[in-house]
Amino acid sequence: MTNLKPETLSRIDEVITHYPQRRSASLPLLHLVQEDQGYISAEAIEWIAAKLGLQPINIYELVTFYPMFRQKPVGRRHIKVCRTLSCAIMGGYRTCAEFQKQFGTGLGEVSPGGDVTVEFVECLASCGTAPVVMVDDELHEKVDTAKARQICDRIKAEGAAAH
Amino acid sequence: MPAPEQHRLIFRHIDEAGYTPALDCYVRNGGYEVLRKALQRKPEELVEEVKKSGLRGRGGAGFSCGLKWSLVDRKSGKPIYLVVNADESEPGTFKDRYIMHQDPHQLIEGIMITCFANKVERAFIYIRGEFPDGAKILEKAIAEARAAGFAGPNVLGSGYGCEVYVHRGAGAYICGEETGLIESLEGKRPYPRIKPPYFPAVLGLYQCPTIVNNVETLCHVKHIADMGGEAYAKIGTPNNTGTRILCVSGHVQRPGYFEFEVGKVTMGQLLNEVCGGPLPGRTFKAVIPGGSSAKVLRFGERYKGKRKVGADMVEYDWGVEDIPMDFDCLAMIGSMGGSGGVIVMDDSVSMVEALGNINAFYSHESCGQCTPCREGSIWMKKITARMVHGAARPEDGALLKSVADQIAGRTICAFGEACAWPTQSFIAKFGDEFRAYAQAKAAPRPANAPELV
Repeated sequence: MTNLKPETLSRIDEVITHYPQRRSASLPLLHLVQEDQGYISAEAIEWIAAKLGLQPINIYELVTFYPMFRQKPVGRRHIKVCRTLSCAIMGGYRTCAEFQKQFGTGLGEVSPGGDVTVEFVECLASCGTAPVVMVDDELHEKVDTAKARQICDRIKAEGAAAH
Repeated sequence: MPAPEQHRLIFRHIDEAGYTPALDCYVRNGGYEVLRKALQRKPEELVEEVKKSGLRGRGGAGFSCGLKWSLVDRKSGKPIYLVVNADESEPGTFKDRYIMHQDPHQLIEGIMITCFANKVERAFIYIRGEFPDGAKILEKAIAEARAAGFAGPNVLGSGYGCEVYVHRGAGAYICGEETGLIESLEGKRPYPRIKPPYFPAVLGLYQCPTIVNNVETLCHVKHIADMGGEAYAKIGTPNNTGTRILCVSGHVQRPGYFEFEVGKVTMGQLLNEVCGGPLPGRTFKAVIPGGSSAKVLRFGERYKGKRKVGADMVEYDWGVEDIPMDFDCLAMIGSMGGSGGVIVMDDSVSMVEALGNINAFYSHESCGQCTPCREGSIWMKKITARMVHGAARPEDGALLKSVADQIAGRTICAFGEACAWPTQSFIAKFGDEFRAYAQAKAAPRPANAPELV
C-alpha cells in the first residue's frame, strides 16, 4: 500500500520486532493501518497478510471477528455509547438516543453531512461513572442527555469550522 | 457494625493530588526499591513468598497465584512467557483501568519482580482495545523504566534482562479468557483452547510455558515481595488474604472503587455505608456481586448453612447485607467474588429487562466455537428480547432455564457457565417476575425506569 504515512510504516516495522513470530503482529498492524486510513480496505488486508507472510484469509478473519475493526469509513468523529448493564441502568439508552437525534442518524451509519457515526458498544470498563461514551479515543463520563447535547454541540461546531 | 476503614495497598496513590504516571513521581514515592531488593534474592525464594502469601488471582477465578506459578514447566528448555491480562472485560469491573492510567509503574514493577522470580525474559501486557490512552501511558512508562535500567537488558546491573511489550486487543470479551487471550496474542481469532492438553503453564504462548496473571494480581506481587508472604497473609482473612478492590456500579448514591482487606467488609456495609445506600425514594432489589456472569442475589433472601471459622464449624444465617465480601463466602452462598465488580439494581429495574441486557452482551461476545454457547446465547437473547418488545408468555422463564441448563458444562471454556449463570439465577430468584411479565408490562412503569433492551 503506497498511501500509508511514513510514520505508520516505520511503526509497523518496529512493532513486528516485538514478537518471536510475525503472525503475532496481526492485531497491531490492523490497528496501525486503521488509525492511518480510517478503516481496513480489501487492499489493506492483502498488504498486511503479505507483510507478515500470511494468507489474506488469516487477516480477513480477524477483521470480521474483532468488533473494533471496520471495513467501511466512519464519520469524522466516532461516538461509541456503552450499552452494557451498569451503563444501561443509569440511562445509557437515553444517552444513545440523544446522540442519534442530535445528528439525525441511525446506529452504525455515517450521519448526513458526515459529522459522526453513532454506535452502541459493549462494556467500556468505566461502570462507576456510568453512562460512559467514547468519542474516538476520548472517554466521557456520566453522560446524561444534557451532557450528550454539549458533546454534540462541540462536534457540530468543529464540523462547521472545518467547512 | 460500622464499615472498616479502607486498606489502600494497590490504590494507595490513586486519585492523590499531584501524583502522576511519570517515573520520577513513582521513584520519589519509593518506586522500584522492591525490585532492587528482589534482584538480590534467589528467584525461588520469591516464588516461595508468593506461595506463603496465599494470594488468589484477582481476575475472576480466584486461583492460587503461587500454585499457578509452581505448575509452570521449567524443564522443557523452552522460554517461559508472562502474559499480563489487562483485558478487564467483565462487565461491572473497572479497577485495572485506574492502576494502568494513574500508576503504571506499580504494574511494571510487579511484572519485573514476577518475571525475575519465574525466569521470564519476555512479557506482554494484553490491554483491551478500548483503553487507547492506557496503552500509550504504559508504553511511555515502559520506555522510561527501560531508560532508567528498571526493565530491558541487564536490569539494575544484575545481569538479568527482560523486555515488556504492550499488545492491544480489539474489543472482544473472550480475550479475557486466558487461552483465548493467548490465541489472540498469536495473531488469531481468540478461540479458547481445550484443556487438557493446552494448560498455559505447559503449552501456552507459542506452545511454550506461560503465566497469565491479572493486572491487580501482579501489583499484589510487588507488595508481597516488599513485606514478605507471611506478613501479607496476615492481611485479610484466612484463605482470602490481602486486600481487594471492589468496584461498585449502578443504583447507589456513591458508586466507585474501594480497597478493603478481603472478607472484612460485608455487602451491607459496602452498599449502605461506603456507597451511601440506595438512591432517594428507592430500595435495593438485586445485586450481582462479582461481574455480570456471577449469579444474582436478591435482597430479602436468606442464606443458611455451616462454615469453618478457625477450627470450628459455625452456623450462619445471612441476608444479602450480611455476606462478607470474600471468595469463599460468596461461593458458599452460590455466587462468586469473581472480578470484584458489584452491580446494584433498585426497584425501578425489571429483572426480565436486566436479563435481556445481559443476554444481549453474551450473545454478542460468544466466540462461536462451541454450538451450545453460540446458539444458546443467541436463543436466550432472542427470548428475552421478544418478552420485552413482543409477546411475553408465562412459560418463557422455564424455556430460558432449559436453554441455559444445556450450555453450562458443555463448552470448551468457562464462557458457557458465564452466559448460563445469569439466566439460571435470575429465573431461580425472580421466577415470579418472569411469569407475570406480560401483566407488569401493561402496568405503568416506575418513574425514570431505564430502558435496558
